[in-house]
Amino acid sequence: MGKINAKLISGRTLDQGATLENKMSTEFVEATAICEMNQKNLDALGVSEGDNVEVKTDFGTAVVKAKVNEGNPDHIVFVPMGPYANAVTGPECGGVGMPIYKGINADVLPTDNPVLDVKKLFGVI
Amino acid sequence: MSAENTTVTDVVCPFCGSLCDDLEVEVEGNKIVKVKKACKLGKSKIMGHQRIETPMIREDGEFKEVTYDEAIDKAAQILADSKRTLSYGWASTSCEAIEKGIHLSEVVGGVIDSTASVCHGPTVLAVQGVGSPGCTLGEVKNRADLVIFWGSNPVHAHPRHQARYSYNAKGFFSDGKEDRTLMVFDVRKTKTADKADEFVQVEPGSDYKIFSAMRTILSGNEDVVPDEVGGVSKEKLIEIIEMMKKAKFGVIFGGLGITQSRCRYKNLENVISFVDEMNEHAKFTLIAMRGHYNIGGFGQVCAWETGYPFAVDFSRGYAWYNPGEATAVDVLNRKECDVVLAVAADPVSNFPRASVEYMREVPVIQVDPYPNPTTEFADVVIPAAVAGVEAEGTAYRMDSISIRMRKIIDTKFLSDEEIFEKILNKVIERKEGA
Repeated sequence: MGKINAKLISGRTLDQGATLENKMSTEFVEATAICEMNQKNLDALGVSEGDNVEVKTDFGTAVVKAKVNEGNPDHIVFVPMGPYANAVTGPECGGVGMPIYKGINADVLPTDNPVLDVKKLFGVI
Repeated sequence: MSAENTTVTDVVCPFCGSLCDDLEVEVEGNKIVKVKKACKLGKSKIMGHQRIETPMIREDGEFKEVTYDEAIDKAAQILADSKRTLSYGWASTSCEAIEKGIHLSEVVGGVIDSTASVCHGPTVLAVQGVGSPGCTLGEVKNRADLVIFWGSNPVHAHPRHQARYSYNAKGFFSDGKEDRTLMVFDVRKTKTADKADEFVQVEPGSDYKIFSAMRTILSGNEDVVPDEVGGVSKEKLIEIIEMMKKAKFGVIFGGLGITQSRCRYKNLENVISFVDEMNEHAKFTLIAMRGHYNIGGFGQVCAWETGYPFAVDFSRGYAWYNPGEATAVDVLNRKECDVVLAVAADPVSNFPRASVEYMREVPVIQVDPYPNPTTEFADVVIPAAVAGVEAEGTAYRMDSISIRMRKIIDTKFLSDEEIFEKILNKVIERKEGA
């Protein structure tokens, strides 16, 4: 069981976009509570696709499911835009209103903790 | 509408900034049963999702169902008493509703900001700084022989863009992809990059220096460019510049890869300057890949109403523009507003978590068709008709072309325009009565 240090990128995916106005659904959680990385990085973590991983930055942590995407170079991981990516995004806006949503230093490590649904993520239940 | 089956044609898709206007929607009675020609994003939206079924007011921590009039009265009371309302969102509604929302912010002396501030706001800032070498998507379709996606992934974010307007589109002077070269610059090999004639993988956060290197090469000073810039070899950069110079009509579609990463609006200033300089060699343009279908419309309406495209503060009694101060995330970071009005957007999901926490401390009014995490933070919830499906209105495509959206079916919900007309009138009554 390992840990990788990575640059975290967030962005639109088809599945995220198709559920972004249906955020209280399980489909939205399945579409956005994922972390894409290449197989080599997955192997370095000692996890398989679908296993839970923790994404940890200076700003917070999020538990999501590992997913293979061979388009990702080594140590670049992708979480679809939304509340899971934003749980680990910093609030600093560079004087222009824009947080850095892409290129965040992150550690990714295996975890047995569960993926929270949207309500639990925000602690409203 | 009649109970007969009908097909509504030329439907405008209210999802992304491509604003495709050729959809066909089959309606049985007053129910949408099929959507043709739309992508997965548009089809999903038009077919419909879970809705906020009734206006609600939170009492003792629990939502109580109320009438529209009661919810609107409550919202008006909160807004009229507010000293600094943050009104945020406005990307997924009509220009007519946006106009009412801007007027409301002026009346309450608050701040109004759109989702642009966390999307293409940096592009807007750069356009104000160094200009806008743009064109319409029609010109791209008819003339572009070099299509460049930089930090954008239309296969996922604007799925019909390439077929309707850019790489695959057939135009007057182009038979489609046979006549076009596709270049993609990205930090990872996306589905769009898979189709590219030339994919250039860049290191995260290095776009600014790559644009600088390209400008240096273009100006004939390649001798001062290092052997490698942002993960791209100097040799490759020279090759790319030569390809670009040979184009007749090149277009760069800029995405969030360059607005949401290091250097933010400076990336855009640099690439716009590059595009400007490329025009000595070829017709070259830049278009922002706007995400929400009418985020361009907010910029248009806000600019003609206030003089500024987003991040407008009315607390001085006149429109004051200062991104970094009047942008939504900054207002929340400074814990400055005393009310949050979230309209056709979900700030709780879309802002950094630390910025969102302050929304637990102030009244939140949500106007939206759909329940989302912002609903969980809200004190007053007002459901709205889905613009472009249940209400007509005007929207602006990513190339600033205005298109009239159609109403496809009837609804029990008020439109955003109707809701804000009512709230505005109530707030004015309260202010005048005070």
